[in-house]
Formats: sequence, C-alpha cells, structure tokens
Amino acid sequence: MTDTVPLYAALGLTSDEFARITTTLGREPSHTELAMFSVMWSEHCSYKSSRTHLKGLPTEAPWVVLGPGEGAGVIEVAPGVMVAFKMESHNHPSAVEPFQGAATGVGGIVRDILSLGARPIAVLDPLRFGPLTDDRNRFLFDGVVRGIASYGNSLGLPTVGGEAVFDAAYSGNPLVNAMCVGVFEDPEVLHGRPRGPGDLAVLVGSKTGRDGIGGASILASQEFEEGAENKRPSVQVGDPFTEKLLIEACLELKRAGLLTGMQDLGAAGITCALSETAASGGVGVDGDLDAVALREADMEPWEICMSESQERMLACVAPDRIDRVIETCAKWGLDARVVARYTAGGRLVLTAHGDEVSDVPAQALADGPLYERPMIPADRTKLYALDPVDLRWPSPEEILMRLLASPSIASKEWVWRQYDHMVRLNTLVVPGADAAVLRVPESRRGEPGQPGIALATDGPGRIGSLDPYVGGALAVCESARNVACLGARPLAITDCLNFGSPEKPEVMADFAACIRGIRDACVAFGIPVTGGNVSFYNESPTGAIHPTAIVGMLGVINDAYAHRPVVARDGDVIVLLGETRPELGGSEALAVIHDTVAGRAPSLDLEREVEVVAFLASGVGGFAHDLSDGGLAVALAEMCIASGLGAEVELPPGADPLWGLFGESTARAIVTCRPDEAQRVPGVVIGRLRGSSLNVRGVFDIPVDDLARVYREAIPSLMER
Amino acid sequence: MHALRAEGADADYAWHGDDDLGGADAVVLPGGFAHGDYLRTGAIARFSPVMDAVRALADTAKPVLGICNGFQILAEAHLVPGALIKNSGLRFLCVWTEITVEDTDTIATRACAPGQRLRIPINHYEGNYRVNGEPRVVFRYVDNPNGALHSIAGVSNEAGNVVGLMPHPERASEDLLGSSDGRVILSSLVESCRVLSARA
Repeated sequence: MTDTVPLYAALGLTSDEFARITTTLGREPSHTELAMFSVMWSEHCSYKSSRTHLKGLPTEAPWVVLGPGEGAGVIEVAPGVMVAFKMESHNHPSAVEPFQGAATGVGGIVRDILSLGARPIAVLDPLRFGPLTDDRNRFLFDGVVRGIASYGNSLGLPTVGGEAVFDAAYSGNPLVNAMCVGVFEDPEVLHGRPRGPGDLAVLVGSKTGRDGIGGASILASQEFEEGAENKRPSVQVGDPFTEKLLIEACLELKRAGLLTGMQDLGAAGITCALSETAASGGVGVDGDLDAVALREADMEPWEICMSESQERMLACVAPDRIDRVIETCAKWGLDARVVARYTAGGRLVLTAHGDEVSDVPAQALADGPLYERPMIPADRTKLYALDPVDLRWPSPEEILMRLLASPSIASKEWVWRQYDHMVRLNTLVVPGADAAVLRVPESRRGEPGQPGIALATDGPGRIGSLDPYVGGALAVCESARNVACLGARPLAITDCLNFGSPEKPEVMADFAACIRGIRDACVAFGIPVTGGNVSFYNESPTGAIHPTAIVGMLGVINDAYAHRPVVARDGDVIVLLGETRPELGGSEALAVIHDTVAGRAPSLDLEREVEVVAFLASGVGGFAHDLSDGGLAVALAEMCIASGLGAEVELPPGADPLWGLFGESTARAIVTCRPDEAQRVPGVVIGRLRGSSLNVRGVFDIPVDDLARVYREAIPSLMER
Repeated sequence: MHALRAEGADADYAWHGDDDLGGADAVVLPGGFAHGDYLRTGAIARFSPVMDAVRALADTAKPVLGICNGFQILAEAHLVPGALIKNSGLRFLCVWTEITVEDTDTIATRACAPGQRLRIPINHYEGNYRVNGEPRVVFRYVDNPNGALHSIAGVSNEAGNVVGLMPHPERASEDLLGSSDGRVILSSLVESCRVLSARA
C-alpha cells in the first residue's frame, strides 16, 4: 500500500465501483462507508463474477424447504425431518495459517447451519494439497488436519467425512472446504431478517477485536503473491468453547420463541450481518458502534465494521423480549448487546461516539455489482494430444502397488482417527467407506426404522483441468454413486466451486463450463443445488489450481439401519456395473506413474450414471463400491483390504490389463452378492471373494496383507517421520 | 444420558454452576471439552461449584464415574490419583481399543467378570496416564494406544466408589455403533446405586 494508490483501490475496489458508490450516495463515501462497501462488494461476499452463471443451476424439488440465498439449504429428508446443509471454502486463510484457517473454516460453516435454527450434527472436510514429498505441503496438511480436529472435536461435532487429495496443482494454494449438516429439533426455520421496523439487532457471543479485519476482501479476493505470510494478521482465531456456548444459547433462544430472525457473522462481520438482515427484511437499521463489546477499546469505527472476529451471531429480537434474551445468553456466559434497531426506510445508519459514520442504503451494500466477465475457452489441444496407452508402463502389479501408496488413494485413517467421528452417537458408518451414514433425528434415536442420511463429498480436479464440464458433472455423479453405495437415494447437493482468477477469461470459461456440467448432472438425477460457495483467486506464483468443483451430496435412507454393508462377505460373487473403455486420460495411474495430467477426460454418460445410482440405491445385493480414482484395480484392492478377504477376478470382457484395471471410465461400480442373487444385479460377474490374495487371472496375484500394508502405511510414513 | 436411561437409570443433567446435585444417588462426569480445555484438561472445570457437590457425594461412598474429560477432571480434583498428559504420539486419537477389567470390586465393574475383555473406543488427546505409587487399576489397554503408564485405562480411589476411565462406555452401548461392551460398565453403576440404596 503506497501513498499514490487511492484508498478505494487499496481496499480492492475498482474505479468504476468507486464511481458507482459515489453515484448511489450522491457524495463521496466516508472512510467507514468505503470500508463497508469494499468488503460487501468483494468477490467473496458479492459473488459479482459468479452470480450470472449460478442462476443456471436447478434449485427446486418437492423436498426443498429452503433453497439458496440464506445460511444454508434445507431439505425434508423424511416426513417431518428437516436437514440443513452447506459447504464453504476457507482456502486462503488456511494457506496463510493452516491451523486457525481450517479451524475457523469449521466454525464459520457451523454458524451458517445454526443461523437457521438447526442443530449442527456433522462436519465433512474436502481437502486438496500439493505433494507430501514437500515440507511446506506436509506442514499445511498437518496444520489443517489439526485445526479441523481441534475445533470440531472440542465443539462436540463429529467429522464424518471429506477427502484428502494431493496434486502439484495445489502446491501454494491448498483447498480447505468445510461442509456442515444440521437437523431441526422443531419445525421452524429461522430467516436472516427481522419481522419489521422496531425489532432490535442483538450481537451475541465473542467480543469484537482486530482479528480477521478484511479477511474476505484482502485474503479471499486476491491472488497470492510472494510474502503471503505478511497477511497472517488477517486470519481469524477460533474459540470453539464459545462456539459451543453459542450453539446451545441460540437453540435455547429459538426454543423459547424469543427470536424473529438470526444471522451468523462471518466475512465482513457486522457490516454484512446488519446490511443483509435489513435488506432481506426490506427495512433500514440504526446502529450504535459504541454498543459493540470490544476486545480493544481504541478500535476505529471502520475496524469494528470490518472485523471478522469469530463466534458471533446477530439475533433479531422484538423489544419486549430483549430482557429474556440477555438473561438466557448470560446463563451461557455470553455477551448479548443491543447494537442496532431496525427502522422503516431502508437506510443503514451507524454512529460512533455520537457522530454519524455511515448513512447508506442497506440494499446497496447487499446488492453488489454484477459482472459478465469475458470468457475464452482455454486451448487444451496439447493436453489432448497425449494418448496414455502409447506410453511405456510398468507391470500392472507395480502400477497397483504404487497407486495404493499414493496419498490420494491410500488410507486416510491417519486423518480421520484425529477427528472425533463418533460423538453424538449418530454415526452408523464412519469414515473410510464411500459415504458416512448418520441416523436422524436425535429425538428418535434407536427407533426401529429411524431415517438415515448418507453424506459424501467429491470433486475430480484433474478431470476438471482437462474438461471442466465433465469435471463438474462427475463431481455430482461420483458423490451420487458414493451415497448410493451405502443404499441411499441422492436428494440434493451443496457445492464449493474453487477456481483461479475470474479476471482471466480462460478461468471464467472453465467456471461457466463446470457449472453447466453440474447443472446437467443435477437435472439428470432430478436433484437441486440448495446452496454453496464460490472461491476465486486460487492462484499462487506457480499458477492456478485445477478447476475444482467440490460437491457435497445429501442422500436419504428410509431405514438408517438397513444401509448396505461396509465389507464384502466370503464366497460372494463380484459384479461389475457399467462399461469399461480404454480411458486413461486424467487418471490417477497417469499422474502417479508418469507425473502427468493429460489426455482426454473420460466420456460422460449421464443416463447410465442415473441407472447405476438407482440400482445402487435400491439396496439389492451386498457390499458396493464405486469405481473412480485408480479404476477397477484400486476398487478391488480396497474391497479386499476392508473385508480382509482375497478375490479371484477376470478382466472385464475385451479389456486390456492396463486400461481394464486402471482406466477411469465413469458410471461404474462393483457390487457383491450371493451367487444366486447375481442375475438381479445388472452387470457382469467378474469374480468371487475367496482366499487371501487379490488374483486377477493372468495378470497378478498379490497377498491382501501386502496390499493393506502399503495402503495403510503410505500417509503415516510421510507424516510421522 | 440416553445410554444411562437405557440401563434403567433415572438420569438428568446437573448444571456446572449449581452446588448441589438434587439428591442424586450417583454422578457421572461425561466426556467433552469443559471450558475448551485451553489450559490443562480439567484444570478449570475442577473449580466449578458443582464439583463441591461431587466431592461431597464421593465422601459419602456414593458412586462417581468420570469418563474421558470427566476422568481428567476427577484427576485434577484429586478424587482419583494420577494425571493425564498428552498422548505419546502427540495427536488426538479416535480409535477402538480393547481393555481388560482388572478389578471387579468397584462401582463401575461390579457386573464384570475378572479379566473380562471389553471393546470400547477412546477419543482424546490427553489420555496418557501418569501416577506416582500404586493406584487401584480398574482397566488396562490390551494394546496401549497412548503411552499410558502400565497401559492403565482407568483407575479408582482407594474405596472403589470413584472411578475414572478414558474409554467411552456410552459409545459402545449398541451393537449398531460397533459394540455394546460398554453397557456392563454403565449397568454396574446403576446396580451399585441399587445396592447402596437397599443398604441404606
């Protein structure tokens, strides 16, 4: 920041945006106003580059209670059982300070769920890092996992799933996405708005400090340059104990009928919460910054407005209930201060020390600019020119062993054993399977036929880098297959779209293609997108990340206890669903063996995907596992390792050992069943579970113990040395 | 709460700020992260007003069971001997363990068989038990997960009415959660209350 740069530019606003603010106000903005506009109009808060594309996503279905636009989406998963869920990114803070970045990422998404009045019951964390052979990447991975563990465990929320994928494209810019799921304990969904003028805005929870000032605009809306560690003061610090108190206090306020609305404080802090609740309620708001409880007495008005201090909620309260609200919060040891009153007229007026520091239309803050960024499809001719089959490949046995030792494929137990994945006692299927299964709601725990939800996340970044349309569609298809492998029917998704700079036409073209892919897949499955998040500017000096759309899938199982088994049985036959083609482009095998991400993305067949998922969700047969990274060979190896059983298998009809075992053709899964059930499974019987080794006839015969050792030791051996 | 009620207990929550337990026959200090455990685990919670009532109950030979964070608090309050330090691997661990019952003459093991093996999960960062002298060992790990001295998973006071253990019996209270071996510990507690009130 130098003297020659105008303040608006230093805050990340363009000259056009500044002009628009001046026109809206009919004058130049004050410093506080400028700060408020800069955070609310940042890419992170305003979705100014993405809104126009997100409009194309399907958002409706009979089971949608609340679609996009508020804290989270809400789905009725069974009669009277409402589930809230949403995914968000915390990539940039985590790249700067992995422990606190990841911890506060969990805290933020938990408050999104809480803001609707739902009780948070589970967290999932899809993660992307550069290769673990690099010290910095190991540091980031270790810190992020510790941060998630520290916050989630302390909060008493189980972390039940997610992913950890390692690829050079994420070196310098890891992805830390966090998804939270909540269940309503009563039928009321709270909205982020007051009932009308006269309602009070009450700030509940932690005091406001200088931590995280401008996190949204400074961190999440710019690329990383050298010296990113100087931005560490922009990262917030988490206090999970206060968050736990906040959850219990807010749910008690809601139960007692003391709230007219609620909104979480995250990016852009008080500015965002006051302007969005006022705009959403069609009212204005008069705020007194002197009423805000501060950690440091000498904070400037603009600092108070921009602070992203964690563990705060804004409650909208009718004046006659304020005493009871303060009393309830005091019981939980929390500050509750009236900081503003909603007014007729639509102005957001703030005073500090008796002076007016802001007077702007609330709607103008909430409605950021909207951009139609230029788009030019990237030229991928060179990438497509490679046919992986032409390369020299080691033996299939060596390929398989190296794949199992690849951290992206290898067991993630090292990660999830650090997460309390059991607390609250709803987790029927723990991490390690295709999806987690939880029984809901807690009031019906143990009841026969209690409904269940299945949760999974997926986001094939390598495929997205070759064909963002296919990458977006496959994120939906693979997560649908994941929940269906536990016998669940996909109901809805949340998504976190992680991309490079929207100011680059190639990135914008990828973004738009990816959204079309998500849209087409959702339409094919008949499921809506009920919320999500866009994270742009995921670039480091070495370049942009893979276009990475990560999908969080919510599936339902009518009877939670009747989910598909998580291990296969001895003597069962193995049936392969779907068509296996010579498709090694963008495969894990190509990445691990040849250190290359190239070739054609595998072909997409949405009709076939829907058929496979419908069959898997029917529950016919036994154990099921989807085929994705590492293809058939890895799926079989994982099946053997999980069950501790060997298998005798034939290659799929007509397949070459290389692409037959390691190709990543889509819309495939394996299902095991009793031999007499096989005709009910629409696929080809390729083998049987027996013995103690994985024997692919004529190709290799590897003891399951050897597979398991490599698979289980890969990540610990890199992280505990 | 759910698991205790399943064993027939008339269970309810006690508030940390109250200094009486409403005439309870027994108290369970459950797992969790009291006050965030930002300081040493249990170091602040031991000063909660309710701990006076817990101590009074313990002094009258009534059953007191501390699970995980509850064990850590009992140790900080010196109601059981020893201390819990960070796991030897310096990481949080959420894993299944097997433990053996070493002493069946306590409020938490009266329904157990001597040497009985139980499959119960642990979920903690600070479960590495340390002690000077010879405590009454109630449970030991079969395969020590956290570096605990002599593989100690749970101990009691001299009288056997205050027991602390790191594994979570309530998480092993249904086969659908992976094991119901923890029920025998909770049912021992409930049975202990019955025996005591019959004597009274």
